[in-house]
Order: sequence, then C-alpha cells, then structure tokens
Amino acid sequence: MANSPEELRAQTHTEKRTIAVLVDNEPGVLARVIGLFSGRGYNIESLTVTEVDPENRLSRITVVTSGTPMILEQIKAQLGRLVPVHKVSDLTRIGPYVERELALVKVFGAGEKRVESLRIADIFKAKVVDASHEHFVFEMTGKTDKLDAFIQLMRPLGLVDVSRTGVVAIQRGAKGL
Amino acid sequence: MSTEQLSGAEIVIKALVDQGVDTVFGYPGGAVLPIYDALFQQNSLRHILVRHEQAAVHAAEGYARSTGKVGVTLVTSGPGATNAVTGLTDALMDSIPVVCLTGQVPTHLIGNDAFQEADTTGITRPCTKHNYLVKSVEDLPRIMHEAFYVARSGRPGPVVVDLPKDVLQALGAYLPKEEVQHRSYNPQTKGERPQIEAAVEALARARKPIIYAGGGVINSGPRAAELLAHLTHATGVPITNTLMGLGAFPGDDPHFLGMLGMHGTYEANMAMHGCDVMIAVGARFDDRVTGRLSAFSPNSTKIQIDIDPSSINKNVVVDIPIVGDVAEVLEEIIAVWNERMHKLDADALAEWWKQIDQWRARDCLRFEQTGDVIKPQHAIKRLYELTKEYEDLYITTEVGQHQMWAAQFFKFNRPNRWMTSGGLGTMGYGLPAAMGVQVAHPGALVIDVAGEASILMNMQEMSTLAQYRLPVKVFIVNNQWMGMVRQWQELLHGERYSESYTDSLPDFVKLAEAYGAVGIRATKPGELDDKIREMLATPKPVIFDCCVDQVENCFPMIPSGAAHNEMLLGPGDRTEKPVSEEGMVLV
Repeated sequence: MANSPEELRAQTHTEKRTIAVLVDNEPGVLARVIGLFSGRGYNIESLTVTEVDPENRLSRITVVTSGTPMILEQIKAQLGRLVPVHKVSDLTRIGPYVERELALVKVFGAGEKRVESLRIADIFKAKVVDASHEHFVFEMTGKTDKLDAFIQLMRPLGLVDVSRTGVVAIQRGAKGL
Repeated sequence: MSTEQLSGAEIVIKALVDQGVDTVFGYPGGAVLPIYDALFQQNSLRHILVRHEQAAVHAAEGYARSTGKVGVTLVTSGPGATNAVTGLTDALMDSIPVVCLTGQVPTHLIGNDAFQEADTTGITRPCTKHNYLVKSVEDLPRIMHEAFYVARSGRPGPVVVDLPKDVLQALGAYLPKEEVQHRSYNPQTKGERPQIEAAVEALARARKPIIYAGGGVINSGPRAAELLAHLTHATGVPITNTLMGLGAFPGDDPHFLGMLGMHGTYEANMAMHGCDVMIAVGARFDDRVTGRLSAFSPNSTKIQIDIDPSSINKNVVVDIPIVGDVAEVLEEIIAVWNERMHKLDADALAEWWKQIDQWRARDCLRFEQTGDVIKPQHAIKRLYELTKEYEDLYITTEVGQHQMWAAQFFKFNRPNRWMTSGGLGTMGYGLPAAMGVQVAHPGALVIDVAGEASILMNMQEMSTLAQYRLPVKVFIVNNQWMGMVRQWQELLHGERYSESYTDSLPDFVKLAEAYGAVGIRATKPGELDDKIREMLATPKPVIFDCCVDQVENCFPMIPSGAAHNEMLLGPGDRTEKPVSEEGMVLV
C-alpha cells in the first residue's frame, strides 16, 4: 500500500487524497487532528466528522488533503500516531470508493430566473426543501465537482447562501474500514 | 475492584505509587492544594520543591533519562501550567517520558476566565504526546494509568493530566493499574520479517557500511545498547552516534567515529557521505544531522529502524524501513545474520576502514592551548580527563558552544549518562536536569556543563540544590558571549555582533556563596586542573566559573545549507566558501 522508495524520490507533484480516520469520540480529538494539519503545514481541502458508533464511542473523520506522495505518507503516519486514533485508511490508494457531499443552496429571485433555477435543479436532481414566492432552498447530494457546477449555475440566478457538508467517503465492496 | 471511597487527590497519589513513582518534582498553588494535602499525609512519595515550573519538567526529564523510568511533575493551574510548556516541548522533541499533573480551576468555572485559569489542554496539545482533562473522578484512576502507559510506550513523550480542583476533592473508587487497558494506542514493537531479511541482505552486500545510531537506542533500554555493540562487533562496521545517542555505543571503542552532524567529527560525516549502506538505528535524520538534504549521503541504501512510523520517510527517503522497538529488531537482525552465516567482504571493509583512518588522521577536534588564556576546548577536555575514571558519572549540558564541545570531548561508554536538550535546544535545561539526575542517583557525580548565558535562565534552581543537599557541579565555560550566536554572527552576518554580548554578568563565585554553594574560579591554564580537582573534592554544590577565550569558535562545522563533505575544519576554512542563500534562511 505504501509508496516504494523509488516512487517517493521521483514524485514531487501534488496529488489529492481522501483519508478516513476512525477516532475515539472524546473532547479535543478534532482539535488534535486539525492542530496536526495546521501545526505541520498540511492542507485540509475538506473535513467532516461525526459519531458513527455510539456504543463504542467512535467517530469517523473524512479528510481530503493534498501534497506530494512523501508529505501524504507523513500525514497518514502523523495521524496514526495520535493516541485516540484507531485506524487511518487512505481510500484513494486502497482502491475504488464512493465519495459524496451534500449542499443546501438558497436562491432568491422571481420571474424567468426563478423558473430557470428550478429547471436546472431538476436536471441536477436537486430537491426543493424550502420555498416561498421569492426563494428556493435546494438540497443536493453528489460528488464535489457536481455540486460545484450546480452552484456555479445558480450564481447568476440569485444565489444567496450555500452550506456544504464536505466530503464523506466509503470504500466500495464488502470490506469494512 | 475496591469499593473504598478516596478523594481525587488520594487517587492521584495512589496511582503514582502504583506506577512505581518515588519522586515528584513540583510547585504548589491554589488548584493543586488538595494533592499537596494528600502528599503531606503519606510517606511513599518524595516531593522536590523546585523554584520554577519549567525546571520541574527538566528535572523530571533528567530523572527519566538517567533511570529509564517515567519522570513526574506536579504544577498548579494557569501560570504553573504555562511555565511548564517549555519543558514539555523539550520532552516531546527528545522523546522523554514525563507525566505532568497540572491543577485546573473547578469544572464549573472552566471557560469563565477564572483566577489562574488557562486552557491547559489547549495550550499543551501540540507540545505533548497526549493530554487529558479529567472531568469526573470516575475517570481519574483510568486516566492516571493511561497517562503512564502512553508516556512510556512506543516513542516516549510527555503527557499532561489536567486536574480540576473539584475532581481532586470529589470521592471515588480507585482502580488498580492492571485493570486499565488502552483502547487504541498499541504501538508496533516487533519488526516485520521480510524487512528484517531485506536489511540483513543489504548489509551483507555492503562494501562501505555505517551504523548511525540515535536516542531511540537509549529509549529502547540497556539491552538495545548491548545488541547494538554486538552487531557492530560481529560485522566490524563503523558506527556514529547522534547528539541524543551518545552513550548508546561505547565512546572509546575503535569502531566509534564520534558524533555526526553540524558539529560532528570529520570522519563521521565523511563516512556518512561516502557509505554505500547506512543503518539508522533509532535516529530521525534531523536537520542538524543531515546538512543539505539534496546532498545527504547520495549513494547509499538506507535502512531505518524506528518505533515511530512518522519518523520514517519524513526528511530522507529510506529504502528499507523497519517499524519496531530497537532492541527487538536488532535481536532479529542479529539472529538472521548469524543464521545465514553472513560475513562482510573483508577486503572491501579493510579498504573502507583505511579510508576512514585517513579522515581520522585530519584530527578534526585538534586545538592549541597556547598563551595565558584557557581555551574552552581545553577546559572541557581537562574536565573529561579528570572525571573519566569516576564509575558513576552523569553529564548534563545547557545549549550552545559548550554543549557541542562537551559532546565532542566527552566519551560515554554507557547509555543514560548524557542528558542534553537536543531537539528543542533549550537554554536553561542543564541545571534542573542535573538536579533530577542527582535526586535519582544521590551518590553519583553529576556535572552540568554550562555557558554563562544559559545558566542564568534557570539559575534559581541553585536554591533547590541547597535545600535538598544535591551536590551538583555546575561547570560554566564563561566567555561572556552567547557563544554560538556570536559564532554565527561572525561566520554568517559579517561580524556584526548584535546583542550577543552579556554585560553586567554576576560574579558567579559570590552568587554560588549566596546560594549556599561553593564558588571556584579558574582564569589561567596552569591552575585549571587543580581547581577542577578542588571542585570534585567538594561535597556540596559547586559553581565553577571557568573564564575562557572569548572568541573561540566551535569546529568542525557544517555551515547551514552545506553538505557533509563541505565541512569547515577550522577558522582558516571559512572565507573560501560563502554560505548559500538557501543556507542563510536555515536556523
């Protein structure tokens, strides 16, 4: 799973990775992870966290990060040595995985723009979760770039507010983390 | 499980005793009064009252490094905890097991900006291996035992346990340490077999091998040092130690090339540069060791043994990484080596040693003691010569030129005898660390090799030495300059000596007397030996003010941004090679 020495030496380009981290759900654990990234100068492109196993008090963090292969190996090793961390899994490297993000998008407008926003929402399979004569709130789930495209299209149509969850991801196939 | 109800403070004490703690370095204050009250009513733990919380942590570090046990400190909330931060960071950088108990305001006041409140777990998160805020007395025994487990397991480090005052006063049940198991933290200690076999095969093919051993050997325990010596002798490979690793391999063994790195020996650095197989044992390719990374040991196959996976491939890409405890991995490497009846190519090895001997012949630590002024190198060399026969000798240092000279001239034949602030480079480390060592080894000779600037940073601990009759010897190499700063200003900043001279230094002899210690001053080379003997014969703490040449520089030196084979060997070297722009920004 790890890169070979030859790869690490040769690869100086930056790549993106989605990493799943299983942690004890205890106070401060998120601060530890975020502090690790900021303290060591690593990038966080997206980070989500919530409890996934209440019985065992385990939370799952999904972090999207980028760096050279050497930095990415460091990030995983540094995450792995945090005391409350149970498991670190590099979903991008392990193999196929599903990645989703949810966005709530508020659009304000009337007339043709209002109709157009609804039409586009339909194409993107976004759901209307709140509406008045002057606005819609769309809920949309999908890959990050799909959400980006939708939001981009909404911009000239009266985009008011966006709230996004960040990426959650899971490995394809029957095997667990 | 016992149903007896104890106060939180009593649980803390009971857990410490259960963990085999005999000494606590601390300083009282409002938030920890319940613990001090419980301390007062027991006889199992000894408390050493320091004069500053930073010193409490360094003392615990000295205690830990000289005994292999976990060092313990006890400080109050707010300023007590913030004062401990430098010590905690030092322990983190040098992988020293320390448990630091901090007081905290009662839970209902946390976040209220209460008197002497600080966000201790927030502040110490990046400077500890782990930390805990104990919110309920039910969690206290488990957290206390976990703290010790985390501090000493895997790559050791400091752990903070933050104790709100109401938790210390609440009643709860105690839990013996056997009943506590950690959920997630289980470091791998056994190396993976294929990696070990690959390492053995790489070593067997080596023509110019070297072992580069660091503090991980010492942290792994005395068995690791024995195995390292065994491997070195069985293969005939040359070996160098890092600053942290001094004593991991006998300093007077002919296989030993001395320390490597920025102020390491010419032979060690040249051998690192020229080797074809390098075995890094419990060492982390620190920037003081590697010099310019792009030119670091360009033609070698690198094997690295480390218990911390994040130490591998951090700065230098390693060909054969082995995650595991040094002793366990070395044991297996030796077993496989013997099984396969490997032997290095004798001719190649002889050729390699011949080359090394040529580098050695440069005699890179050479200096000349001429004239009427004591050379600092001479002072430290004489100190070494006059103490080396002592069976029970421990050396600590402050940070700067004197530290490097001590590392160059002292030869340590056993681990746990050398305590210095390597990673963080903390001025003021040496005196409190020496104090901790002396507490652990009351009969031993403990010397803090110091500079006049560093020693002033934790000078107040002279008072602690007096109180506990700890006969630590403070040997100040006094050149009136922050010597290493002065040296860099001379070599890299056009001799503009900005703020590196200390005017109005105290009279260290009188200062010693004020602290109830003995002050001795040497100013002439001719009197040095007798004065050192006088110091050694004094049964009390001593401050030795050794007045030395003010402009002496520490050589050899790899200037920042330079490679191992671009060392400056002495003052004559420096004008020829200007430091690169890339090098100028490095620390």
